[in-house]
Amino acid sequence: MSYPANFKYTKDHEWLKITGSSGVIGITDHAQHQLGDVVFVELPEVGRKFDKGDVYGVVESVKAVVDCYMPVSGTIVKVNSALESQADLINSDPHGDGWMIEVDLADLSETQDLMDSAAYEKYLADNAD
Amino acid sequence: MSELKKTALYSEHVRLGGKIVPFAGYEMPVQFTSIRQEHEAVRNHVGVFDVSHMGEILFTGKDALKNVDHLVSNHIAKIKPFRVVYSGLLYPNGTFVDDVLVYRIKDDEFLFCVNASNVDKDFAWMKQNLSGDLTCENVSDRYTQIAIQGPDAGKVLQPLTRTDLSTIAYYRFQMGQVAGIDALISRTGYTGEYGFELYFSPEHAIKIFQAVMESGAPFGITPAGLGCRDTLRLEAGMALYGNDIDDQHTALEANLGWVVKLEKDDFIGKKALEEQQQAGLKRHLVGFEMIDRGIPRHGYSILSNSVPIGEVTSGTMSITLNKAIGMGYVASGFESPGTIIQIQIRDNRVAARVVPLPFYSRTR
Repeated sequence: MSYPANFKYTKDHEWLKITGSSGVIGITDHAQHQLGDVVFVELPEVGRKFDKGDVYGVVESVKAVVDCYMPVSGTIVKVNSALESQADLINSDPHGDGWMIEVDLADLSETQDLMDSAAYEKYLADNAD
Repeated sequence: MSELKKTALYSEHVRLGGKIVPFAGYEMPVQFTSIRQEHEAVRNHVGVFDVSHMGEILFTGKDALKNVDHLVSNHIAKIKPFRVVYSGLLYPNGTFVDDVLVYRIKDDEFLFCVNASNVDKDFAWMKQNLSGDLTCENVSDRYTQIAIQGPDAGKVLQPLTRTDLSTIAYYRFQMGQVAGIDALISRTGYTGEYGFELYFSPEHAIKIFQAVMESGAPFGITPAGLGCRDTLRLEAGMALYGNDIDDQHTALEANLGWVVKLEKDDFIGKKALEEQQQAGLKRHLVGFEMIDRGIPRHGYSILSNSVPIGEVTSGTMSITLNKAIGMGYVASGFESPGTIIQIQIRDNRVAARVVPLPFYSRTR
């Protein structure tokens, strides 16, 4: 799987696609592969504010319950309600239809700390078990 | 920390793309393709599990029957050879050392199959509680065990054995051959599906496993891992030691009164269970299904009108039933099917309803 060049990535395997001052967030293909079949997603309410590093939601596979961390600070403007009945979109299309939240970015400068696709792929290779 | 052990089929797991994890001191596959796919394959066609990590303990001798009947809660004296009995191996207080299968091989020979995580504990407990003329040996290393489970299990296994599988009723076994190798063939399983468990010598493990896979190819046989083993057994309402049963809850509380035969002569735990039955149970293991969104997990609190009444012992999203289900202990008064309860899932109290077990069953 290739990682979209126009996304940013975190060490927690979240991705962020920035458009102007808003961003769409989801978990990466590596994360969904580690999780296995996703069966449940808990998303925040629209309007909630989070700081970078806060837990904004939960993804559950058959066996595991995993927190999702904000890659940047922001306010939730939209959530992917399709995940309520089709949690497995995270497995089948983690970088597209499996998106989780859309946020208004509080501080664009925070995005500088994030990895680009090449750095993320190297991070995965360096940490492969 | 001592090194993890490998079963005789480890190289097959790796070859077939198994995701290997540590479990009960062994390197075991949790899944091959996906838990969902393997679960559905077992319900619809057939899957094959390596369960060699389970332990086997052999009792032989003049006093074998007397000792086995004293150690376990179920009737053993009454059963004839070639029968299998599910039973509790209990402490004097009626809680579980383990849940076990007892195979009566001969009048004076019994083979226990015990949980992988409890082998040493069970064996030590048994040795401490023996009397008379018998031998009790931990023979776990002498066996590879595989489980072939699913509606097509018989069609897969029959070409490999001269034993007429249609003559082996549920919870019976026969000694025969599979792919030319001596094997114990038992009609048992931990999935709620029709199927067989085979016990044989590890030196032939790969030969038998590959023969099963080849015979199963036209039926879409898949190797199946520990992940779907857990989802299948939970749907079938079967207890898992460490989750639903343990040394903190008695066999009666655990809804396993049917493996406790209080009319037997003395067995370890009998007195405590008799007293508990007289006094009435204070808590009960129940099954429940979620009404609102959320998945119950081991350790989550169970409440009623915001008052804690128990805890979840097992929970998952049921793949076959497409709803979240769980088992847990609730205080007396809340165990009737239909009772509405709440499960504390992170910050929310999510509605659920007590339901009868099993969640899923198939006519055998």
